Amino acid sequence: MQDVSFGVSRGVVKAIIGPNGAGKTTLFNLITGFLTPDRGQIIYRGEAIQGQPAHIVASKGIARTFQIVQLFDHMSVLENVMVGRHRLTRSGLFSGMLRFPSMRREETGITAKAWEVLEFVGLADRAHQPAGILPLGLKRLLEIARSLASEPRILLLDEPASGLDQNETDRLGEMILTLRDRGLTLLLVEHDMSLTMEVAEEIVVLNYGQLLAEGPPRAIQKHPEVIAAYLGSDWQG
Amino acid sequence: MSRRFLASPWLLFALGVILVRLVVANDYYFTLLNIIGIHALLVVGLNLLLGYAGQISLGHAAFFGLGAYTSGILTATYSVNPWLALPVGLLVAGVAAFLVGVPALKLRGYYLAMATLGFGIIVYIVFNQTQELTGGPSGLSGIPSLSLGGFSFDSPDRLFLLIWVILGVILLLSANLVDSRLGRAVRALHESEPAAQSLGVNTSRAKLLIFVWSALYAALAGSLYAHTLNFVAPSSFTFMFSIKLVTMVIVGGMASIWGSLLGAAVLTILPELLVVFHDYEIIIFGAILMVVMIFLPRGLVRGILDLWELRRYKKKGGPSPAA
Repeated sequence: MQDVSFGVSRGVVKAIIGPNGAGKTTLFNLITGFLTPDRGQIIYRGEAIQGQPAHIVASKGIARTFQIVQLFDHMSVLENVMVGRHRLTRSGLFSGMLRFPSMRREETGITAKAWEVLEFVGLADRAHQPAGILPLGLKRLLEIARSLASEPRILLLDEPASGLDQNETDRLGEMILTLRDRGLTLLLVEHDMSLTMEVAEEIVVLNYGQLLAEGPPRAIQKHPEVIAAYLGSDWQG
Repeated sequence: MSRRFLASPWLLFALGVILVRLVVANDYYFTLLNIIGIHALLVVGLNLLLGYAGQISLGHAAFFGLGAYTSGILTATYSVNPWLALPVGLLVAGVAAFLVGVPALKLRGYYLAMATLGFGIIVYIVFNQTQELTGGPSGLSGIPSLSLGGFSFDSPDRLFLLIWVILGVILLLSANLVDSRLGRAVRALHESEPAAQSLGVNTSRAKLLIFVWSALYAALAGSLYAHTLNFVAPSSFTFMFSIKLVTMVIVGGMASIWGSLLGAAVLTILPELLVVFHDYEIIIFGAILMVVMIFLPRGLVRGILDLWELRRYKKKGGPSPAA
């Protein structure tokens, strides 16, 4: 990555597009603390967070999904979402083993919130199924639900539509817009152009680790270099 | 808590222990059950690490030995009260686990296995070589029994209650732990460490915590062992025993509390039944491990539970397992 610089404003849906190998997932890994940049800064709410470990970055309210779905396959759907509450809860080893009243209260809260999220995404009927048996579309949904349970300020979605059929992609688009309306900031990496053009208010285009263009969808669609590098010269918009 | 307890396996466990205590009349059986109980303590601890957290330890016999020798030396040589020596044993094992864990848990897969293996061997050598302290290869005798009030736990039937009550409490606490916020975090990091980190789980700290915690279980088992046999020798804390422990975890059921008990029971009783085949014990253990790994890779209890769950969702007309 070289000289990539952009910002994401609160409450905005921003998309990162570009050919494979352009560095989109690398960018996500840098933002979320899985990679450390050699140079440059990542500023979140006025604080420089580059180089901080992933779990610290997550605890500040930055949530993400993964290009290849990373669920806890042998845990139930409900438990997957319950893990999402981790950064907002405190019980440790002793209160867990001895089931202190404070721990039990916290558990009740965790379970209640998890159910809420499952109802919101529509997975409540599968709450006790092991996550591994879900079809891909629902797995992606569960991963998003799990992230939502952590009440993030910004949600990074890494190719959320990958492997989804048209129906599922449409519903994903609706969900993204609903989340935006609820005040969540979203940054997504996507290859599905119709989804991107539909939900994104701003688009960043990467190519070979560099920033090619940034702007609203209309401008990007007409941008000659973007068309040449990525959209293809027969792109109709 | 009370209603849940009444309808639960814990009540069955308690009743079972009382029943066995009343029915069994033979010291040999009590001794065998005591060893099973001590092994079960070891296996539950190792299961937390291996089954739930997904971290390998091929040196757990070392923590067992550290607990046993600390208790043994303090009580036999320095006449310390056994109940005071026990926490010291926990401390020694805990500190050792911390020191080994900090660098070793940064390693993956077979590197971690080698590191724990190495540690186990080093500790074994120390037990053998520090003659003045440990009595060397011929062991340390004269370890007193535990007692409470005037009641001395010096016979197999008395020890049975002590060991199995402690085991019962540990099983309950462990089951609680697995089902708690930390338990979920640990299971999560086993399934996908990046995902767990992305939700705020400090995976390095969690792994270290479980590693030290499982060493404490082993040290507790070690202390009980020392006060049961009134004798300890390095030959009980070999690499082979560490492997046996891993086998017990795997066969009984990875990430299963009751599986730990089953694995300990089956693989402690088996050598007794196969006394004729003593020389081939390791081969038979290996064969059992292979067979279980091929057909029920997550162990007996966990494998059967998995199959049952899968069948349940297939029957309900749910989707077939995703590719």
